[in-house]
Amino acid sequence: MHYMLMLYAREAEGLKIPPEQMARVMEDMGAYQAALEKADAFVMTAPLDRTRNARTLRPRGGEIKVAQGADGPAFSNEGGELQVVSGPYADTLEQLGGFFIIEAADMDEAVAWARQCPAAQWGSIEIRAMKPGF
Amino acid sequence: MREADEARHAAERVARDSYGRLVAYLSARTRDLAGAEDALGEAFATALRIWPIEGVPQNPDAWLLTVARRRQTDQLRRRGTQRAGEPTLMLLADETAEGGDDGDIPDRRLGLMFACAHPAIERGLRAPLILQTLLGFNAIDIAAAFLIPPATMGQRLVRAKTRLRDAGIPFAIPPRAEMAERLEAVLDAVYAIYGKGWSEWEEDGKESMAGEAIWLGQLLARLLPDAPEALGLVALMGFAEARRPARRTADGAYVPLEAQDVALWNDSLIRQANDALRQANGVGLSGRYQLEAAIQSAHVHRRLTGNDTWPAITALYAHLVRLTGSPVAQLNHAAALAHTEGAEAALAAIAPLSDDRRMQSYQPYWATLGHLHAEAGHRAEAHEALTVAMGLATDPAVRAYLQQKRRALPAD
Repeated sequence: MHYMLMLYAREAEGLKIPPEQMARVMEDMGAYQAALEKADAFVMTAPLDRTRNARTLRPRGGEIKVAQGADGPAFSNEGGELQVVSGPYADTLEQLGGFFIIEAADMDEAVAWARQCPAAQWGSIEIRAMKPGF
Repeated sequence: MREADEARHAAERVARDSYGRLVAYLSARTRDLAGAEDALGEAFATALRIWPIEGVPQNPDAWLLTVARRRQTDQLRRRGTQRAGEPTLMLLADETAEGGDDGDIPDRRLGLMFACAHPAIERGLRAPLILQTLLGFNAIDIAAAFLIPPATMGQRLVRAKTRLRDAGIPFAIPPRAEMAERLEAVLDAVYAIYGKGWSEWEEDGKESMAGEAIWLGQLLARLLPDAPEALGLVALMGFAEARRPARRTADGAYVPLEAQDVALWNDSLIRQANDALRQANGVGLSGRYQLEAAIQSAHVHRRLTGNDTWPAITALYAHLVRLTGSPVAQLNHAAALAHTEGAEAALAAIAPLSDDRRMQSYQPYWATLGHLHAEAGHRAEAHEALTVAMGLATDPAVRAYLQQKRRALPAD
């Protein structure tokens, strides 16, 4: 089963860290990835650009309709418009700053891996099982 | 006010000293741990209400037991419909047979420990179950130590207790034929509790978990004087505990054994551990814990006297490998070989482990491999292994130590 580890931290604090110190933190993250790879548990990872540069699409107004088609329900937003706003979906104390996708037998194993992530020392990690594709 | 404090204090003292004894006694016949815990919980609540008014009874244990038994009888009556009379009568018969409440409560904790570590109980739940039933830890604290959400831990503990009740698992010391194997499971669970308190260095409450494990080990050794392995485990935990103050510098950096300031070691714990080991050796045959304690004793001896004890350590690990076949023992044997025959010999001894799936995510394997390659002058291999070891470290102090070690590798 694949699990997504969503790494949350205070972005503003992170941006204050001088580059040479940040390089050490990145070394730790690299080592964590190496450990995942050796254990055949690594799928992918990426740090995310800062939330200020994020865009969020939001349906505004209108009404979400569900039409029962032959293939099941079809959703449409009638009378509303799709807005693009700057910034993340939600204003939170900690922001999503990166993720790992890992392979683990079950949630307990995924939690054990998350615990070893250096990011667990400075922020929160949300762990979600990934269901098979849409 | 003062009396209320005193009553509270007495209840707390009883809770600490006798919780496990009372739970074990109350559940011995019924096999109903949840019921015993509920009954005892209600008895404690009643005590806190009544003692401040009527004073603390002469024998708080016996008082609590009487109230708890009454609750337990009520539970049985409420639960059972057609066979209600039977267990109640059984309980009453037991009371009569044991001469009532003269305060001499038979110690049934050993039976309870064997039940908690029964093969029918999932291995990972045995230590949590012992923590809860014998030491009265709540599910929240146990969950924190085992990194499981409290609700999940609570459910698993409830299921395990139901299993103990319904599967007819005896709350008793196993027959001789099963003893060795069953005792090993109990000792493993106690050692797992110690491990929780050992590795989680900084977090609150974890140190006390190490203390509780040592206490359980001592209890086992006292109740089973003929079992050298119980004494071996006490000695092993004692040696580890004695070195605790030297494991970190004042600013929290990791200090490996060879660099520890022996002046910071706890002499009296070392003496006790050596005594326990000697006593174990006097009783008989060497098992896993006895051997590991002997190895720790040899480490301590080397650091305190400067005598080279590596040949003895290597031999003891070789014995441990033969006894257990464990890859961890093989790993440690190889690491010891580096001191007697050199890094290349150690690397050759460790080579078969690279095919072992379990070693791939075992932090000490990569740390050892990294140290050995560094010593043998294999820079690239050392760098890779130290990197993986860093990545597998849960302790930031250990991670920083390995990073430093990796940086100190000579340039290509």
